[in-house]
Amino acid sequence: MNSGIFFETYRDDMALRRTPIQKARLLLVILALIAFPFFANRYYLTLANQVAIAIIGAIGLNILVGFTGQISLGQGGFMAVGAYTAALLTINMGMPWWASTLIACFVTALVGAIFGIPSLRLKGLYLAIATLAAQEIILWVVTHWDAVTGGVDALVVPNPMLFGIRLNNDFNFYWLVWSLVGIVALATVNLFRTHYGRAFIAIRDQDIAASVMGIDLFKYKLLSFAISSFLVGLAGALLAHYRSIVTWERFTIDVSVNYLAMIIIGGLGSVRGSFFGATFIVLLPAFLTNMGRAAKGFFPAIDGIIPFIQQGMFGLVIILFLIIEPEGLNKIWKNIKDYFSLWPFSY
Amino acid sequence: MDLFIQLTITGLTNGAILALAALGFVLIYKSSDVINFAQGEFLLIGAYVVYAMVAQFGMHWTIGMALTIIVAIGLGILVERLVLRPMIGEPIISVIMVTIGLSSLLRAITFTIWGNLPKAFPAFIPSEPVQLLGATVGKDRLWAFSIALAMLLLFNYFFTRSKEGIAMRAVADDQQAALSMGISVKKIFAWAWSIAAATAAIGGALLANIVGVSGDVANFGLRVFPVVILGGLDSIPGAIIGGIIIGLLEQYTGGYIGQGLNQVLPFLILIFILMVRPYGLFGQEIIERV
Repeated sequence: MNSGIFFETYRDDMALRRTPIQKARLLLVILALIAFPFFANRYYLTLANQVAIAIIGAIGLNILVGFTGQISLGQGGFMAVGAYTAALLTINMGMPWWASTLIACFVTALVGAIFGIPSLRLKGLYLAIATLAAQEIILWVVTHWDAVTGGVDALVVPNPMLFGIRLNNDFNFYWLVWSLVGIVALATVNLFRTHYGRAFIAIRDQDIAASVMGIDLFKYKLLSFAISSFLVGLAGALLAHYRSIVTWERFTIDVSVNYLAMIIIGGLGSVRGSFFGATFIVLLPAFLTNMGRAAKGFFPAIDGIIPFIQQGMFGLVIILFLIIEPEGLNKIWKNIKDYFSLWPFSY
Repeated sequence: MDLFIQLTITGLTNGAILALAALGFVLIYKSSDVINFAQGEFLLIGAYVVYAMVAQFGMHWTIGMALTIIVAIGLGILVERLVLRPMIGEPIISVIMVTIGLSSLLRAITFTIWGNLPKAFPAFIPSEPVQLLGATVGKDRLWAFSIALAMLLLFNYFFTRSKEGIAMRAVADDQQAALSMGISVKKIFAWAWSIAAATAAIGGALLANIVGVSGDVANFGLRVFPVVILGGLDSIPGAIIGGIIIGLLEQYTGGYIGQGLNQVLPFLILIFILMVRPYGLFGQEIIERV
């Protein structure tokens, strides 16, 4: 049994995965993710792809809310910006999917930074309400700017192709989106090892102290909005290319709430928490639907109320997590890990 | 000119109902610093319970209304005790999120019981059109306006004259000082939530009378935000005047400019107010600056 962790080089000390067990666990997860598409059927592949897109969006939101402490209810609106930009560039200008996705990320980052300007003067509750207004305004523009966005009608995006392979079937998209998840997660973890990330965390913990220490609050808050929106835009653009159909209904305030639920249930200020939360929130309705179908035999009326059960469980899960384990699934995971690593002496 | 009067009267009635919804919102914020995202669902439950009492059980509307208010008070106390009290002292995002979760749960419960298809509201308030200053207005709107106005006056009286109302303002002002004066802060929180739920129930019933009973009633909840920010989050006159200003502006832009601009205008006003005067028209200037 080890009585502590000892490092002999700075290289070891700075590594992201420092112990053999951590490395083995990561390897196992990666192997499982690589093996998954060869065994799963289309239904599970679709779910896995949805989870992956949600993870990217949740990491983006977590940078803003969890790490920088700026509450945002505008996630749905920012995703809409990403999705519509990507879709329109591909439809109208015939851009390849990767180019339109990249541009969509930058456009969303810009829009996010613009709507981040109120954060210069507002915080907490007031900022939450300002971003709520951003959500409503963006969605209104999307549904009323008929000449560009097609208004309330759906946009149909051409299939994304790479070397003659159609990317948006479930199997091919899986590789694309999960490798992007890997890149995004690695980049985010490393972001919080740079002075930018440290500045974000300092702003979250005590903004006045941060500014006394020479952190330009306005610059770093806008930067946080931009980086966060960049990833949110990526999630939106991926959604547009994957689904091939873009409608405004996919980006309502409910989406913002969903993503906030993901990072709260997963754990604020933690990349691993974003993985947990996104997986949980995406799989919860699917799980309830399957349970409902299973229960149909002896309780036939359940068919009509499944959507309400999903909605109610969603609310209940949020409330219970906030009351019982406010630090989310990430904390539960840590507790489990600690239990085993400290066993049999749990102190 | 006819159009102007028409829009003004419609705007005033809409504004009065908005003000009623905003009132409960302000009340909760004022006494417990909680932003209630479930206010729209309180309206929804009010509408459906009145519907159940009057249309399904065939009660007279006075009894139905009274029972609805009792149900709403019970709901308010229950919510405060079970959901909000464990949240005291938690960070603001948790408090916001817990009321969002609550709104989801309440909406689901309502739809599980009554289904989400729109229903005709039992017309206990007559809705035939009447002529007023050359404009045609539904009688139900006039009723809604007068009931809302009466409620607002009642509230004003409650907060300035009654013992409980003054205790509530004391808690809002300084919890510790209120405690040392022998006021039970827990009781006041329960009061605040039950009064908020009761006003929302009345507002919901009035709204349902105009637009019918459906999920749309709950969407009214989001429209409360521009009202309370404009009026000031912690100001009761602010809620009333803010509601009427937003109600009028929505109608004028809808009537003269159109193109659905009236849906987004309140939120543009909201951003503007937040940038220029975050504490609103009548709110206390104690907002924390960054």
